[in-house]
Amino acid sequence: MKYLDEFRDGSVARALVEEIRQVVTRPWVLMEVCGGQTHAILRNGIDQVLPEAVELVHGPGCPVCVTPLEVIDRALAIAQQPGVIFCSFGDMLRVPGSSTDLLRVKAEGADVRMVYSPLDALKLARLHRDRQVVFFGIGFETTAPANAMAVTRASEEGLTNFSMLVSQVLVPPAIEAICASRSNRVQGFLAAGHVCTVMGTGQYPAIAERFGVPIVVTGFEPLDLLEGIRRAVVQLERGEARVENAYARVVADEGNPVARALLEQVFAVTDQPWRGIGTIPKSGWRLAPAYRAFDAAERFEVGAIRTLESPDCRSGEVLQGLITPPECPAFGTACTPRHPLGATMVSSEGACAAYFLNGRTKGAPAHA
Amino acid sequence: MPEPPRFDEWTCPMPLRETPTVVMGHGGGGRLSGELLEHLFLPAFRNEALEARGDAALVAVPAGRLAFATDAHVVRPLVFPGGSIGELAVYGTVNDLAMVGARPLHLSASFILEEGLAMEQLAAIVGRMAEAARRAGVAIVTGDTKVVERGHGDGCYLTTSGIGVVPEGRSVGPDRARAGDAVIVSGTIGDHGVAILSVREGLAFESAIESDCAPLSELVERLFAASVEVRALRDPTRGGLAATLIEIAERSAVGVVLDEGAVPVRPEVRGACELLGLDPLMIANEGKLVAIVPDAQAEAALEALRSVAIGRQAVRIGSVVSEHPGTVVMTTAIGGRRVVTLPLGEQLPRIC
Repeated sequence: MKYLDEFRDGSVARALVEEIRQVVTRPWVLMEVCGGQTHAILRNGIDQVLPEAVELVHGPGCPVCVTPLEVIDRALAIAQQPGVIFCSFGDMLRVPGSSTDLLRVKAEGADVRMVYSPLDALKLARLHRDRQVVFFGIGFETTAPANAMAVTRASEEGLTNFSMLVSQVLVPPAIEAICASRSNRVQGFLAAGHVCTVMGTGQYPAIAERFGVPIVVTGFEPLDLLEGIRRAVVQLERGEARVENAYARVVADEGNPVARALLEQVFAVTDQPWRGIGTIPKSGWRLAPAYRAFDAAERFEVGAIRTLESPDCRSGEVLQGLITPPECPAFGTACTPRHPLGATMVSSEGACAAYFLNGRTKGAPAHA
Repeated sequence: MPEPPRFDEWTCPMPLRETPTVVMGHGGGGRLSGELLEHLFLPAFRNEALEARGDAALVAVPAGRLAFATDAHVVRPLVFPGGSIGELAVYGTVNDLAMVGARPLHLSASFILEEGLAMEQLAAIVGRMAEAARRAGVAIVTGDTKVVERGHGDGCYLTTSGIGVVPEGRSVGPDRARAGDAVIVSGTIGDHGVAILSVREGLAFESAIESDCAPLSELVERLFAASVEVRALRDPTRGGLAATLIEIAERSAVGVVLDEGAVPVRPEVRGACELLGLDPLMIANEGKLVAIVPDAQAEAALEALRSVAIGRQAVRIGSVVSEHPGTVVMTTAIGGRRVVTLPLGEQLPRIC
């Protein structure tokens, strides 16, 4: 685990915090875009060791949280059809649709299976030719290449019993939407390293320039995050707004050309609704026409879907960095992991869950 | 004690070879049931009480308070790296007894077998149970076998119950932790849960991760032999270290402060958890104990635990405090603090 311990060294972390303290002269608001970053920040208590002037807000980068309710209801409807094996990543299983979730329909008899890769779903399709195997293909640019590969393989093999319910979302348009919003408070971004591993950093300079925001690509370890914060603060203090790659050990500026070519082949850019936020133009991928035969939304007739979102859930504001989870009146009272009102309280990358699971409620000992 | 029978070496007149898989009749109480008892369970578990074949076992127990525990096991697969359902069934109950300070003495074993289970596999499980019982110093003195139709079980479910005796002068319980006590764990955490996950979900990790399943009674006896005033003992099974410490904090109305850097986790276990987005604190263990002891006796307790092979990596991981009663707080490597809480149900691997 040496490769991880190096990025968790307490003394180096304290030195980085001290550097940030030295540099900062006034308040700044930074957004960590990815839910994985949010969890790492709270788990390691990074927010507690930073100078007060540096405020971290949480972004829309939890793939489970932003999957539209309509898509989840559709997934639930498909999963309950006879003869279907419905496959999903683990953290999607508990996310509430309008009236139920995948774990509950599984308990009621639907064949819902947790898989670790879309290729596992493909294996099931080969194994159960008499069943329809559906994979819930959600996520950001990170999960997309594996999903694309599963579709191309199914196509090459002529599998007629495999399909994918696609709800892929793209990070850069979301950052643009946040910057363009009248209520935006975010002055700098910690871009999610693993998204850039696939897509590279090419899409960010235009955003940094247009909105005057530093964008620093960071990883997920404490030192990665602190270094990202340090670089963003240094830029802000100097009045700069550039893209910096603070995760160069993993992220190449051009990303992964093979994966990008595959994505271009399999997906087409589309306007995409984000749960709690609304539709963001050109912020999603759907299957390209050549692969439409593998689109579960088209293969399965589920009738009209009427979604019912909780009126008390303010996850949309959390996802845009407008409020922190404890500022939501329902947080920790009407909304808990046992009775979640929204996906941000359920997903392992959700900001509300991160606060709740790390005890960051008002008056909790971690604040002492 | 004689070796348990090896199925592949069985020859006539071993009638079990005629039915290489479990059939409904093995639970029917007739001749087939008798053969299972005669040719598998008795030779494997051989002891006077069992061989008397009464409706209940008659055993002598020394003076003291009787401890009584039961534990059901539904693990898949039945055999996994470092153990099997057989060891788990024995150690599960033995360890529950040891955690109240009891010396485990006698176990019962109830088998619910699925029609079609290979007799060879059953024999292997029984053999491992017998070996585990020997290692733990207990006797399996009574039992039961039922067979369910194919498709109604996962091959084999096992329930064991056990009795032990708590010698005079021992008084441990999850409600006895006091501010100022030390929190000790007997070794690395998360090994069992990750070992099971790796085989159940077909996840191939670079290095094989083995379950830590083991009897804890010797560790407990060493603690008492070293005159350590043991306040609380727990084996962090389901729910892991987190659930165990939260329960102690709640029951004793104290706070627990954990030092993240001190909690021992094998590199390969930590790597697997990182990959899957799981927290080693919440992963099951089957051969580790948590001991709460007075601060002044922490060193003596560590020395006692380290004198046994399975306790060699025993280490102090935190302290009991009077602040934030009912809550476990972790100090992180970079100087932050977070509250340790539990997931609602099982931890679910993350998407990316």
